[in-house]
Amino acid sequence: MTAVTNVLLAGVGGQGTILAGKILAEVLRRKGHDVKLSEIHGMSQRGGSVVTYVRFGEKVFAPVVEQGEADFLLAFEKLEALRWAPFLRSQGGVVIVNDEIIQPLAVNLGQAAYPHDVVGRLQGPGRLVIVADGAAMAAQAGDTRTQNVALCGVLARQMVAALRGDWQAVIATMVPPKTVEANLAAFGLGWEAGGRVGQDQALLVGRSL
Amino acid sequence: MTEAAAALAPRVTVLLSGNEAVARGAWEAGVLVASAYPGTPSTEILENLAAMEGVSAEWAPNEKVAYETAFGGCLAGVRSLAAMKHVGVNVAADPLFTSVYTGVNGGLVLISADDPGMHSSQNEQDNRRYAPFARLPMLEPADSAEARDMATLAFQLSEDLGLPVMLRLTTRVSHSKSLVELGERRVPAPKAYRKDPAKYVMVPANARVRRVDLERRLERARAAAEASPLNRVEWASGSEHRAAGATSSAGAAGARHLGVITAGIAYQYAREALGDGASYFKVGMTYPLPIERIREFAAQVDDVLIVEELDPYMEEAIAAAGVRPRSGRPAVGKAVLPAIGELSPARVRRGAQLAGFLPGLPDPVAARADAGETAVVPEADPAPALPDRPPVLCPGCPHRAAFWVLRRLGAVITGDIGCYTLGAAPPLSAMDSCICMGASITVGHGFAKAQERLRALHAVGEANEANEANEADKADKADEANEADATGGDTPSKPVIAVIGDSTFFHSGITGLMNVVYNQSDVVTVVLDNRTTGMTGHQPNPGTGVTLQGVGAPVLQPEDIARALRVPFVEVVDPNDAAAFEDTLRRALGSGGPAVVVARAPCVLLRSVKPKKPYRVDAAACNACRACTRIGCPAIMFTGTRVEIDRSLCRGCAACVALCRQNAIREEGVDL
Ligand code: SF4
Ligand code: SF4
Repeated sequence: MTAVTNVLLAGVGGQGTILAGKILAEVLRRKGHDVKLSEIHGMSQRGGSVVTYVRFGEKVFAPVVEQGEADFLLAFEKLEALRWAPFLRSQGGVVIVNDEIIQPLAVNLGQAAYPHDVVGRLQGPGRLVIVADGAAMAAQAGDTRTQNVALCGVLARQMVAALRGDWQAVIATMVPPKTVEANLAAFGLGWEAGGRVGQDQALLVGRSL
Repeated sequence: MTEAAAALAPRVTVLLSGNEAVARGAWEAGVLVASAYPGTPSTEILENLAAMEGVSAEWAPNEKVAYETAFGGCLAGVRSLAAMKHVGVNVAADPLFTSVYTGVNGGLVLISADDPGMHSSQNEQDNRRYAPFARLPMLEPADSAEARDMATLAFQLSEDLGLPVMLRLTTRVSHSKSLVELGERRVPAPKAYRKDPAKYVMVPANARVRRVDLERRLERARAAAEASPLNRVEWASGSEHRAAGATSSAGAAGARHLGVITAGIAYQYAREALGDGASYFKVGMTYPLPIERIREFAAQVDDVLIVEELDPYMEEAIAAAGVRPRSGRPAVGKAVLPAIGELSPARVRRGAQLAGFLPGLPDPVAARADAGETAVVPEADPAPALPDRPPVLCPGCPHRAAFWVLRRLGAVITGDIGCYTLGAAPPLSAMDSCICMGASITVGHGFAKAQERLRALHAVGEANEANEANEADKADKADEANEADATGGDTPSKPVIAVIGDSTFFHSGITGLMNVVYNQSDVVTVVLDNRTTGMTGHQPNPGTGVTLQGVGAPVLQPEDIARALRVPFVEVVDPNDAAAFEDTLRRALGSGGPAVVVARAPCVLLRSVKPKKPYRVDAAACNACRACTRIGCPAIMFTGTRVEIDRSLCRGCAACVALCRQNAIREEGVDL
């Protein structure tokens, strides 16, 4: 069977993971891939843990990614990165984790502890773990709601599945018209940052084992 | 455009979710009337249709209304559909079962979106059972392209067979996107409407005739299933497969040829897990099952594995028909695959290993299942020790403020279906029951009636106890005390509060409220009226003054309906005003009869609701007692040493302010 690439976008309801997944899937469709995207909405929208699966290749059957299969994990929040990390390949894989903590209710109630050393625990053999400051990039782009697209930029640079212009064309048609400029700016910042992995410690910290 | 030009024109391929594809397919088939009640995972079907040209697309107050509306459209001669989530079909079941007797004029399609795994539902009933139960043909797509095709075909099939057709989706089909080639809309000429009481007036004399006719139509449906291209065989790769009688040729010499019978999303999982080495009978029309073609297929393979999500629906029918592979071994299905929750490629792989169809040993959990322990129970996902993140009420949600007061009243709170069901979770924990749409008021009524009877028993018991006190020895007394306990001791006087949202009230709360008035119980009904259908993504409803297609409509107010039902105590109050809300509730409870309190405050996610100034915690005044966290607002964060309010999340609802005895929660910019 032909190879299929598996991408997981994980976050907290309301963070824009669903739109990010749609943009990614549309970019891949335009590049001529067979693409499937699967997401669960409903109760999970209300601040719950959410995940979107995107799979692409010559022919894709199942729309879901399974444990140990993901090539890319784009996590919009640190705890969610850890939650979905078992889905990454045991060898290799790329994790892009937003430097953001959203405490679940149990932590706020003092009934559970937020995990320590998330970035350390995400490491694995041959794996690239990138910590991205989505909030900083969104702020610089002029709209705090563009974090998701900024993170897409980091992912885009790592994925080499499409060119910068491919992404920009899709983003321009898929975000609300009034926010196109800010989203393109955010994407650009993410793209640049994604290319500076391991160099620009302030914006982005890249580590590789 | 000429036909040739159309053929030359580039075909447009787009990424659509299963729900979008169903809407598109129905639209291309020329649907004119569509009705639904929102419910995950079905909601987007009508939302998408509503935006397409030339369709009457409505939110009905409930699924029975939706299906009957579609039936009316079909009676008038046009293609019509009703869409709903699986449990909605229970509500629509009454008209459904008789509509197969009458049959159709224009094509009629029922879309049922099931939720295996209960991502957003109270049960995971397998609605495929409805097809043989009600006797209507059923189609099951496995991806968006099939969803589009089948939505189109379903109308033709309905008209050809004279039966409504069910299109059965599941969450993973509805909410997965895949490639779909778009077609054009063709509205067929409407069927003439002809008055025909023998067909459409189902009084017993007519129904008996239609009952027999139904079997004739089903016979035609069976023939259609056997001939349908929706049912197809995909032979194992490399198998030089010939017709019946061919020897096994799949895989290595001597390897057993595995035949997989599968439908819907399970087909994708099976293909993923078992690859090209197996042959597949992909069933697209799953009622009536093409049993003769399945028999032929089985006769050409050594083993049969039936891969289906939830119930052994196909497995039972295949076993009952005596279908066996050429080896004579029985077909295998739920003996190795879970019947609970969603399937996945991994689960299919494990099942195939258990059955010996795939090399390798299954993992230990599955091995236990092999030993007959838990074959039908899916293994739990290996849970890393991480804090859960369940859905919660949004910051500033008026339901939170309402539950904070409700939980203090010592009442039994019968709940209902909506965002507010989240009030059942800690730390609010303010709900005693949640069964189905509308059940808050009715369950509350029954609870109150039981308490009435228990109180009467209690009173009689006490009187007897007083009379017999002198004669009774100690042991008897103990028995009587136990009896009193069995009747609830002191408890049969708990107040009962039914909590229901506005959309749910319109859906099926009104009839229950009528019953409370008619049969007189002292249930207090609290309508949490947030002016929208929140849970499913803010759809309009009869209380919002606007329809799905954006047309203005009269605003129906729950309090007006309650007054029309002659509820003696009806008041409207803002639950964000805790003191006023509590006072109203206490007066309602004290009124001694049916009462309705409409707690009106709009959902904070509505665009019309502007957030107020955020609150903050004065670090100097806060002693980190965490009293404020007990209200369960996600904006209130405990950092391990301090409590903070995330100003980007806080909506300034002030619900938490009174919880702080240090007066540390203040409006931004206000210092003491
Ligand atoms: S969506 Fe509206 S009703 Fe639902 S939890 Fe949030 S604020 Fe409350
Ligand atoms: S922090 Fe307090 S004021 Fe702000 S939204 Fe939550 S409960 Fe309301």
